Amino acid sequence: MALRALLGKDLRILRRSPVLVVLLIVYPVVIAVLIGLALSSSPARPRVAFLNEIVPSQATITLGREQIRTESYERFLFQAIQPVPVHTLAQALADVRDGKTVAALIIPPELPEQLASASGSAYVDVIYNGDAINQSLVEEAIESKLAQANTLLAAQLAGVADGYINLLLTGGDLHFLGSSYNVLGLARAQTILAAALAKLPASSPLRPELQQVDAFAKIAVSNLGGSKQVIGAVAAPIAAHEEVISGRRTPLNDYAVAVAVSVSLMFICILLASGMLALEREENTLGRLRRGLVSKGQLLAEKALLAAVLAVAVSFAMLCGIGLFVPLGWGRIGLWLLAMCGGGLAFAALGVAMGAVVREVRAASLLVLLVSLPLVFLALVPGGSVSSGLDDVIRVVSAVFPFKAALEALDAAINQSQPSLTVALAHLAALIAGFGVLARLALRP
Amino acid sequence: MAAAAEPVTAPLQARGLSKSFGQRVAVQDVSFTLARGEVLAIIGPNGAGKTTLLSMLAGALAPTAGELALSDPGAIGWVPQQAAVYSKLSVAENLRLFARLEGVADPDAAVAKMLAQTGLRERAADQLGSLSGGNRQRVNIAVGLIADPAVLLLDEPTASLDPRQRERLWEFINARVSDGTSVVFATHDTAEAQRYAAQLLVLADGQALFTGAPAELGAAQHEFDLERAFVAFLAERGH
Repeated sequence: MALRALLGKDLRILRRSPVLVVLLIVYPVVIAVLIGLALSSSPARPRVAFLNEIVPSQATITLGREQIRTESYERFLFQAIQPVPVHTLAQALADVRDGKTVAALIIPPELPEQLASASGSAYVDVIYNGDAINQSLVEEAIESKLAQANTLLAAQLAGVADGYINLLLTGGDLHFLGSSYNVLGLARAQTILAAALAKLPASSPLRPELQQVDAFAKIAVSNLGGSKQVIGAVAAPIAAHEEVISGRRTPLNDYAVAVAVSVSLMFICILLASGMLALEREENTLGRLRRGLVSKGQLLAEKALLAAVLAVAVSFAMLCGIGLFVPLGWGRIGLWLLAMCGGGLAFAALGVAMGAVVREVRAASLLVLLVSLPLVFLALVPGGSVSSGLDDVIRVVSAVFPFKAALEALDAAINQSQPSLTVALAHLAALIAGFGVLARLALRP
Repeated sequence: MAAAAEPVTAPLQARGLSKSFGQRVAVQDVSFTLARGEVLAIIGPNGAGKTTLLSMLAGALAPTAGELALSDPGAIGWVPQQAAVYSKLSVAENLRLFARLEGVADPDAAVAKMLAQTGLRERAADQLGSLSGGNRQRVNIAVGLIADPAVLLLDEPTASLDPRQRERLWEFINARVSDGTSVVFATHDTAEAQRYAAQLLVLADGQALFTGAPAELGAAQHEFDLERAFVAFLAERGH
């Protein structure tokens, strides 16, 4: 009876706080749409003025039997930038200077010649506008794509070298400057040499010299074959073979959904629970209620329950909203709700513990922000990315507060990640009990 | 002067009440008996322990020692110094909420009765936040009376009111006293104590230095004016 009366009273008070109601409705909608759009669309590419000074007739380089088209490498760069075609260097510089583009990428006319000569690295010019953030953004984008292009080009050049080595080894036709030449090849030369040696008299003065040439030909045939592997290895010295050894890896996008929902659940829940309890002090009604009208347990349970139910409703609406943009496993909807209820109650228990120690709603809000934000950041620090001592401290802090456990529960419910939902819910249950006891001890009239 | 009826029972009896907060003794060994329809004023300097004593009588604070005897347990109405009501709820909603929490059999009838008695029927739908200090205090007192208690405890009930509002408030309280409600109120206003209380309890540093009729304190100090008598009495005892 008392619990129902208090719940009705608090709901009425919330309904008459229009700013809060609007926030509770608008917040999940806005956040859901923003996250959905962010996860469903590709990241924005920086606008870069693009000037290709290569004469079209020289855009294709011939190296041995290989044809290298420079346009095919432009496509790599365009994956990372939004090219704004310009026709002159002056126009490219003006665009960068005026801020129309964050940088200019110039492909010099001598690039095909530099590549064809293979005498050193070929260069492209990148001009920035001096803005550190933009420069860093474009640098990273262009460098990563240049690295990919270089890898492909190196593989193509390795193919060309492979062809020449084969020609040297086994012989064949060499086309050069419109003429065709027949190349004998080291293997055939060594065979001819061995046959000639066999026909020579043992006492022939030519034998020792020819035997030296024959030995060299044998060594050259066996070692040039091995050099092809070396050239192939230089094209891609190290390649990663990936293997996940425990659990199911959560894609970053899906993990971001769990993080977004956990953060919303946490803030709404803790703010409401602590605020509604602090309001009883602010209105001087705590003493009146505590003189036998309502027990400590009833009062704390009412505030925690109200905050958890409202926060779960808002977070669930938010998750459904995100689901319109990002594919989610709707068949696991029951588990989502279970994880949200566990997380919501744990956050609510923390909220009433905070609300019990402050005298005003504003102080409660400030305390929530001061305590919660660092906990979120700590919980998101990847294990092993800091020193072992600090890592241990982070583990303990994250285990004592509910954010990490709630995130793990939601991640398990949404993405079937490890640890399991059962383990995360058991952790949350322990935290609910702990913070419930703390709230009872802290609540004084 | 309160219309003190002939006491037939003692609705409230305090025996050796004490309260300590750590090493600090806030109230020490206070005893008194309150008759039905009697008005008791607690006066004393700031920090004397008046609010702590009232909080113990109301059940909001547990005494460290001593005991409280009530003829009808739970029949105490408490009106704290600061209005303890919800600003976002209307007058009627506040009264109905506390009627339900107090376990009143017919909350709606109790609300209607209190609205009529406090003269707030026309403001019943107004939120507390929109009311004047005087009207908020009337609602605060009405909440204390919603369960029709045998004893009403008031902590400086007229501290924030103008003279006209004070007069109206005491008319309202005296009407309840006439119906047999006993009243204990704490005040700094000795004129108010002299005018409305049949009994006076002088509290200083948590100790009850005097219990008796206001006229007795004046006579003891050879002063007709209670304020002068009170100040002289405290000075005599080193306060």
